[in-house]
Amino acid sequence: MCLAIPAKIIAIHEDDMADVELDGVVKDVSLALLDGVCVGDFVIVHVGYALSRLDPVEAARTLALFAEMGEAAKAEAAKAETDQ
Amino acid sequence: MKYIEEFRNAELAQGLSVAIKAEADSGRTYRFMEFCGGHTHALARYGVEDLLPKKVHMIHGPGCPVCVLPVGRVDEAIALATGHDVILCTYADLMRVPGTKYESLIKARSKGADVRMVYSTMDALKIAQDNPEREVVFFAIGFETTTPPTAVAIKQAQVLGLKNFTVYCNHVLTPAAMRAILGTHTLTGAPTVILDGFVGPAHVSAVIGTEPYEEFTRDYRKPVVIAGFEPLDVMQSILQLIRQVNDGRAEVENEYARAVMPEGNVKAQNLVAEVFEHRDEFSWRGLGAVALSALKIRPEFSDFDAELRFTVVVGNPKENKLCECGPILRGEKKPVECSLFGTSCTPDNPMGACMVSSEGACAAHWTYGRFRTSTETESD
Repeated sequence: MCLAIPAKIIAIHEDDMADVELDGVVKDVSLALLDGVCVGDFVIVHVGYALSRLDPVEAARTLALFAEMGEAAKAEAAKAETDQ
Repeated sequence: MKYIEEFRNAELAQGLSVAIKAEADSGRTYRFMEFCGGHTHALARYGVEDLLPKKVHMIHGPGCPVCVLPVGRVDEAIALATGHDVILCTYADLMRVPGTKYESLIKARSKGADVRMVYSTMDALKIAQDNPEREVVFFAIGFETTTPPTAVAIKQAQVLGLKNFTVYCNHVLTPAAMRAILGTHTLTGAPTVILDGFVGPAHVSAVIGTEPYEEFTRDYRKPVVIAGFEPLDVMQSILQLIRQVNDGRAEVENEYARAVMPEGNVKAQNLVAEVFEHRDEFSWRGLGAVALSALKIRPEFSDFDAELRFTVVVGNPKENKLCECGPILRGEKKPVECSLFGTSCTPDNPMGACMVSSEGACAAHWTYGRFRTSTETESD
């Protein structure tokens, strides 16, 4: 029920409405819950409303963290194996 | 799809799995509740539990609005649709939720009631505008994520001067449910569910921010890690929870920083506060009556309150006695411990609400996990 998907704003219209694109599909969403949205922004869409803006810097940081955690753990495991 | 596929990367998942196994190597077990059905769904769909050591137990929480809606409210919606000649608009998930005696909105529709599935509250408003001679009721359910769109619709109906649009409000609150889970005790005073922390809500938190979870770290010493709904998000949050437990910390951490600001969505919060106020208490399936756990429409917007416009009489609501949705929603039982699971209750023919919504614990386990239990290994 709380599922929501990231989609890219491709056009902003009057009445707080916008078009978003997701994998080639264009859908109209309401911007009534979010101020200051620009074309090109990614927003989280839930039941037809843009609920939050996606922060590309934070997204990249989170992905880098996943990689870092995994690499560190794998290196640790490899080291433990060599030590044995 | 950008911001989706990267967060499902198998190689990164393997790395996180190694990190979790290394971190969980402390001789103890870990019991975490993923509050949201969205996380339950991700755990099952992507087989995340197979990447976790056996000592890490994930307990499904009550964060599935369809699942926690008590049968009495479903009965009322059915009575509204069948007895008042209204157009009842609702999100798809609610159509098949069983009421008393296996009635449901979809069955009511097959008998002639005008029940319509909508994707958005805007669709319900449109139906009201297009049918000025008919009463249109929007059956509103959902946690904090889904409440702001209902607030927008009520405000919009007021601006448009719609006289035929009302909302049957069943919006519920996440922190109240978390409090209820932590406060549930057996007769001997022991907690019914032992938890070491929470995987915190994704999009609920995008609306309410991180502050409302501070009470769980402060008063209950339970770590909360807010996580996105993709499998890597869930794994990273589990890793962070294990670290907190190992360190003896209880903090609110935000793994889903790409969508959750610490302050949340203030515009949405203000709209909700303007249109809704707390109910003294609300009955939840599984949790019973919980104080200040749901919202009702403020008197200033009473023209749009279906509970005030229509008098609905229902008989004595009855849950299916064999259905274990209640204990499952409290984290006390697993779907396979229900005698109906997979026998008379399947997603095609649900007996209980947890089998209806794709994020219900039973539906998730039936769809993705039912062959898994028997193949679990003891290797961890």
